[in-house]
Amino acid sequence: MVMHEMTDSEIILRVEDIHKCYGETEVLNGVSFNVRCGETKVFIGPSGTGKSTLLRCINQLTVPDSGSIWLNDEEVTHSGPLINQFRQKIGMVFQNFNLFDHLTAVGNVEIALIRVKGMNKADARKKALLELSQVGLLDKANAYPAELSGGQAQRLSIARALAMDPEVILFDEPTSSLDPELTREVLEVMRRLARAGMTMLVVTHEMGFALSVANEILFMEHGKIVEQGSPSDIQTSPAFARTRQFLGTFHDD
Amino acid sequence: MSILSPAIIDSLPYLFSGIFITLGLVILALGLGLMMGIPMSLIQVYGPRPLEYCIRTYIWIFRGLPILVLLFLFYFGIFPMFAPDVGPFWIAAVVLGFRTAAYQSEIFRGAIQSISEGQMLAARSLGMSRFCAIRTVILPQALRRALPGWTNEYPILLTDSSVCYAIGVAELLTRGNQIVARIGDPMTVYIIVAILFILLNYGGQWIFGRIENRYTIPGYGHGDA
Repeated sequence: MVMHEMTDSEIILRVEDIHKCYGETEVLNGVSFNVRCGETKVFIGPSGTGKSTLLRCINQLTVPDSGSIWLNDEEVTHSGPLINQFRQKIGMVFQNFNLFDHLTAVGNVEIALIRVKGMNKADARKKALLELSQVGLLDKANAYPAELSGGQAQRLSIARALAMDPEVILFDEPTSSLDPELTREVLEVMRRLARAGMTMLVVTHEMGFALSVANEILFMEHGKIVEQGSPSDIQTSPAFARTRQFLGTFHDD
Repeated sequence: MSILSPAIIDSLPYLFSGIFITLGLVILALGLGLMMGIPMSLIQVYGPRPLEYCIRTYIWIFRGLPILVLLFLFYFGIFPMFAPDVGPFWIAAVVLGFRTAAYQSEIFRGAIQSISEGQMLAARSLGMSRFCAIRTVILPQALRRALPGWTNEYPILLTDSSVCYAIGVAELLTRGNQIVARIGDPMTVYIIVAILFILLNYGGQWIFGRIENRYTIPGYGHGDA
């Protein structure tokens, strides 16, 4: 069973008062939260409320205007070239997979092991194949991304992120470009990861996944966290009408 | 064959050895253009503004001037002033190379810019430096996409190379002219020259076709779209 109380484990990621504007539009308007080791946090909310931008701020693919990010009490923001080291510890899974199209499945997983971690090719290959087997893609090791289904592609991108042995993985709407059938196989991999104790931040519209896997659900609107709590809290006593409305649209499905 | 007079047959070896000069020019120019074009395209896409403007000016000049003007400028002007010992063959190779570099840079720039932004994001998210991401993720894809356009530089260079006749490089056309001057029969001689150019063109395209196939990746580029 999923543990919903994680007050004992230590905080590994701190997000403090993140602001981000694009021109006049304030995308993130002071977002703060802590992430404990082994925790799964799920971000939900209407589109365009800054959830994806928030994830990108955490690994600095988007640089926030103000606020700070801390990984194990080391500052990720303003880290200069050190950011490449932090990013190795912060995996990311994208909505559009962003697999390296010119490399085979195993090549996708091992490339960063070789080029970033400096692993020798034999060890990298071994580790890459192990990660592929974790997501059930060992038989696709030599396939190119264009030869994979959407579900396989997303599982491959999870394997690519996992291979770096990250301390936390950011999932940016990992199933939004998949049909329900393929969504299921990706969510299954993520569920297994969560159960195995991986620390995960997930932006998703999959309420079933959020309710069954998250330790905490954060509801975002207009660049702010407007509601947060355990799945049971969110489910039984939504403080905001919009939360109810948002969840309602999914229960009606 | 009866249309080939003994005088022409005797001069064929001399004509044929012009193939090596022509091919040498083309290969050197392609290589120089490649070595210059890739860095130039990278500067255009990723480089600092002032450098980017330098490259754009370079491209503007070398695409904007007729080859003959460039050849004369380098052969009669620049080389005599700065490197008087360099012969016409090398000057021609440099001019053709500089010129194709301008075109190649634009080919590579377009290819790099066609790679989706997500590729860079994914590479950076794994901890790659910008340089590492360009080298291991962006360029291998961009070069594949550029290949069909890039191989098109070969027939262009091959045909353009005959202009080097004007500065006395002993390539195919120059040798053809010399033979015509010596023994006449321009029709036959120039037809032979033309056939040689066509064969060189065909052979080169066959080789580049093989290279394209060799680097084709499933679902990438060919035919799917």
